[in-house]
Amino acid sequence: MNPFFKKFSEKFIEGLLMISGTVTSLTVVLIVFFLFKEGISVFNKKAVEEGYVIAVNKSNKVNSISPEDIKNIFDQKITSWKDLGGKDSIILFRLEDISTYFTDEQIGENFERLPACISRVVDSIPQIFAFFPEKYMDKNFKGKEIEAGKISFNTFFGGKEWFPTAQPAAQLGAKPLILGTLWVSLGAILLALPLGLAAAIYMSEIAKDKVRRVMKPLIELLAGIPSVVYGFFGLVVIVPAIQKLFNLPVGETGLAGSIILGIMALPTIITISEDAMRNTPRSMKEASLALGASKWQTICRVVIPHSISGITAAAILGIGRAIGETMAVLMVTGNAAVIPHSILEPMRTIPATIAAELGEAPNGGVHYKALFALGCILFVMTLVINLTVEFITGSKKYKKH
Amino acid sequence: MKTMKTKSIVIALSLYAGVTVAQKLKGSDTVLPLAQKEAESYMKANKSAKITVTGGGSGVGISALLDGTTDIAMSSRKIKMTEKIKLSDAGKSTKETIIAQDALAVVVNPANKVTQLTREQLEDIFTGKVKNWKEVGGDDLTIVVYSRESSSGTYEFFKEHVMKNKNYASSVLSMPATGSIIQSIGQTKGAIGYVGFAYVEKEVRALKVSFDKGKNFVAPSMVTAKGKSYPIIRPLYYYYLSSVEKNVKPFVDYCISAEGQKIVEQVGYIPLSK
Repeated sequence: MNPFFKKFSEKFIEGLLMISGTVTSLTVVLIVFFLFKEGISVFNKKAVEEGYVIAVNKSNKVNSISPEDIKNIFDQKITSWKDLGGKDSIILFRLEDISTYFTDEQIGENFERLPACISRVVDSIPQIFAFFPEKYMDKNFKGKEIEAGKISFNTFFGGKEWFPTAQPAAQLGAKPLILGTLWVSLGAILLALPLGLAAAIYMSEIAKDKVRRVMKPLIELLAGIPSVVYGFFGLVVIVPAIQKLFNLPVGETGLAGSIILGIMALPTIITISEDAMRNTPRSMKEASLALGASKWQTICRVVIPHSISGITAAAILGIGRAIGETMAVLMVTGNAAVIPHSILEPMRTIPATIAAELGEAPNGGVHYKALFALGCILFVMTLVINLTVEFITGSKKYKKH
Repeated sequence: MKTMKTKSIVIALSLYAGVTVAQKLKGSDTVLPLAQKEAESYMKANKSAKITVTGGGSGVGISALLDGTTDIAMSSRKIKMTEKIKLSDAGKSTKETIIAQDALAVVVNPANKVTQLTREQLEDIFTGKVKNWKEVGGDDLTIVVYSRESSSGTYEFFKEHVMKNKNYASSVLSMPATGSIIQSIGQTKGAIGYVGFAYVEKEVRALKVSFDKGKNFVAPSMVTAKGKSYPIIRPLYYYYLSSVEKNVKPFVDYCISAEGQKIVEQVGYIPLSK
């Protein structure tokens, strides 16, 4: 072949490889950038629903109410202004209530006199707490608009309640979700790690080659089952079993999620740690046996220490799988956004929340951005895990040479 | 002769219109099965029409309307003020058509002794004030409340209509789909939840409800829902831009025609009363 042409085609292939590499990394960077851009913009958004105002009578001393108190007022858990530093009981006013104060005629056919009517209601009742669309606010509105503050870093990470669709003020406390994710993943890894390690030791050291040749593909097959199938299996089999076993009022618990995720993480843990164990040099094992150590002593003292970095990596990748898993968890953990006290309670995880809520969140609204912020938290969690893997496997290699 | 000519022109025009009008529907998963059936039979009647229906959720449908990626948004809730403002900011105005109604049944485990509840009792149960079945006339058993996800139109409607806009207790279990609510209630003794009337199966039992403080308790059925004596019914909507009204109107009209309403009943929703 023409040497010039050969050189050219080599260059061409190199270029092609370079382009695909760059495009892939660029895509990753762009996705991360997009995620954080959307997620971070949740902060400094107003807590009160966009396009609405809340207002009180001019004589009311209260100037600002926290989103949490607004929710409690609308749930009628706070019924008096005294709790908020004012006086007298609260009279709630929603747009629909206008008909109890004014007739349709007074409001006008096309609601043209509605702003004036609202203004008069708010002005005439000292205890009022009104919530209505901004476009019906009169130009010379006689009430006092209330500041509800913005969504801050603290309320987002420290808030205990997740009611993203609550009106008029969404409650965006991610704490129950973060804790739920951690509990379920931790439970999963506590179940999967001993079982996975035992299976890996059996397969790499004890099992006969014939057995191993059947078992390995079987376990790998476990990774190929769609997560919805796992979820369905969990809902129909594991959830009632847990309910009966622990005599609980409800079987959809963190434990059910942990068990399902544990099963799902098993193939990762088994294959990676088995590979690591099989990489133990034959000479080392034989040396140990030659010195009179039993087979079990060899496994404990030689094989496991030698492959510890691989085992750690397997465990951490298993956790990574558990943290990010969505569908199976969504189906079995009950998804109640409460701060969990034990693993036998319903929990709500971050991936399940995003999957369940993104479909209906109004595009660009507070809820939508909050879900992206949750995505950022999840991203950081998995990033930390991956960096730990890098660090552990990397440092081990460094020590060896 | 003249009539022949006009007739053929009309036919040609309608054919032409039929060929060009490929319609997309997107939105609520509750409306999805109904819209699919409607579209199927509409396409059977009008060979040239092409309608594709996809789900995703009411919010997805309405934001698709905003992006212009759908012609009709299906929704199981009324359009929100924020969405309306967004649309009007983009210079678009929407038209709303109610195409059917859906009755919600409050369901419990068949082993539960309670057969009827008032609206006030339901509110207390779903807001977490009442926590044990013995407080509402049942056994000494913890109440386990199942609800749909907050993204579901059903969730919003139940909150507005039954709970008078109060928020659900945070301990409420939210399930991703109606099917899993039924599965869970069927296997949990103290469970209560709500599902679309069409989904009530023998694994669960529907309660009679009273919206007049316990004077009349009504069981959900096609008859009581049609006669409006059953109180928990909600409208299902189509939203479309006024600018494309001409294109989508034939299909929308078909859905609310007598023929379309027959399909509504077949799918298990409540036809519009005339």
